Amino acid sequence: MAEKKRLIALGFEGSANKIGVGVVTLDGSILSNPRHTYITPPGQGFLPRETAQHHLQYVLPLVKLALEEAKITPQDVDCLCYTKGPGMGAPLQVSAVVIRVLSQIWKKPIVAVNHCVAHIEMGRIVTGADDPVVLYVSGGNTQVIAYSEGRYRIFGETIDIAVGNCLDRFARVLTLSNDPSPGYNIEQLAKKGEKFIDLPYVVKGMDVSFSGILSYIEATAEEKLKNNECTPADLCYSLQETLFAMLVEITERAMAHCDKKDVLIVGGVGCNERLQEMMRIMCSERGGKLFATDDRYCIDNGAMIAYTGLLAYAHGTTTPLEESTFTQRFRTDEVLAIWRGKESSKVNDHET
Amino acid sequence: MEIKLDGVEGSLVLIKQGAEARVLESTFVGRRSIVKERFSKKYRHPSLDSKLTIKRLNAEARCMTKARKLGVSTPVLYAVDALLHTLTFEFVEGQAVKDILLDFGSQGIVEERLNDIATQIGDAIGKLHDGGLIHGDLTTSNMLIRSGTNQLVLIDFGLSFTSTLPEDKAVDLYVLERALLSMHSSCGNVMDKILAAYRKSSKQWSSTLNKLAQVRQRGRKRTMVG
Repeated sequence: MAEKKRLIALGFEGSANKIGVGVVTLDGSILSNPRHTYITPPGQGFLPRETAQHHLQYVLPLVKLALEEAKITPQDVDCLCYTKGPGMGAPLQVSAVVIRVLSQIWKKPIVAVNHCVAHIEMGRIVTGADDPVVLYVSGGNTQVIAYSEGRYRIFGETIDIAVGNCLDRFARVLTLSNDPSPGYNIEQLAKKGEKFIDLPYVVKGMDVSFSGILSYIEATAEEKLKNNECTPADLCYSLQETLFAMLVEITERAMAHCDKKDVLIVGGVGCNERLQEMMRIMCSERGGKLFATDDRYCIDNGAMIAYTGLLAYAHGTTTPLEESTFTQRFRTDEVLAIWRGKESSKVNDHET
Repeated sequence: MEIKLDGVEGSLVLIKQGAEARVLESTFVGRRSIVKERFSKKYRHPSLDSKLTIKRLNAEARCMTKARKLGVSTPVLYAVDALLHTLTFEFVEGQAVKDILLDFGSQGIVEERLNDIATQIGDAIGKLHDGGLIHGDLTTSNMLIRSGTNQLVLIDFGLSFTSTLPEDKAVDLYVLERALLSMHSSCGNVMDKILAAYRKSSKQWSSTLNKLAQVRQRGRKRTMVG
């Protein structure tokens, strides 16, 4: 793998409401990483068809921009990486189609990438975290992941909706703006909250459940606000405190279960500074360290797909054209993390 | 590490720092015992924290005792202190199932022993569930095998509650299944053996296992968007 020329990958991400194209090299330096977000009016979520149309409209200008900013030509690219899944079908299709076309025009190999694994790898290279327990929290995923025996294994996860989905849908109840994101606006409003309102708290082993909390707060918010029992800020504050306490708790359980000291937070909700603060307190109590990234890497982007694809490519993996499909369901633990193969499983190492 | 506390007899030796409790070894009226002290979590909102700590302390004390009545071996509860948030119970000599299975993973499986453990696990969970008790945190670290008798002992009832709903029972099993998959995939399909024993032990196995199939689907087929 030690060539004189550095390996360069072009990555496409379009699994949710963001379309991003990134150019990276194998050492993790990002040459360019433009993206565009589909923002819906307050009180509304993004639907697959409209989101896909948005992606179609922006994908080619983004490719040009990414190449320009990185100061490279298509000939310099070694492989084309794209998000195979998980995500929404129609938006995923956009990157899958574009990648097939470009691969044939430019005669470049394709590498299919798992979105969740991409978040983890990007987080590891950006923060330098070696073997952390990963909390992956976004609009569609809530998972506690750790590397063990060749794969990223899911130790805990939500048994119904994702934490970001819970926050987004509550933002719709309060008709908060979706710009830049509902979660960000909840976070800002929560800073003004003072009163803590009791909400359900649901932890099942290392798993969590959010749908009951959402139903409860959806059902009671209007009444409480009308009777002046609390302000919207109090509700945001209480919801954040409750949801994040659950997340920190299951992360801690996973840490105790697999004897790991550090935590890496990735995914869109990972930008939330209150979540990071709570996690940092928990880690310091256990003598560990928190690794967190900011919105440049936490939020879906093309560079993370490019980097993870490039890792696989450098270890000899490519995806044949006829297999370059997309899928809405793609579990994190389905991927064999060959690039971590040389490291022995740390869980087993000191257990035996 | 040795910590002396006034008013508590015997010395307290820290054995393990868990996620939300310190586990210490001590003596209680001359018997070797375990003191489990729940501590407050600084990351949590104070009122949420005290609510959870008290709730779990009570749940653990009640459910440990109830489990024994249902014929599942748990450590004998000696004392509860609601002010210090401590439980004092019997010291169980033996290995955690987690360590036994990890040894199987690295040194080869002793089929007979594995079958015995899986049968005991399934049998115990069946008894709990038929008695309307949900453990809430079934992982292999929360199961011990008593030295000498090879009897399974369930511990850590902090997340336990009473329920007769198939949904709660199924999620209880699902949590265990996931813990086995993530930690002990090299031991083959232990869960099938556990479920086989569960079917024999629980009278309501059929509605629970039907629900379990649904819960699994929910986990895997949930739309997972970016």
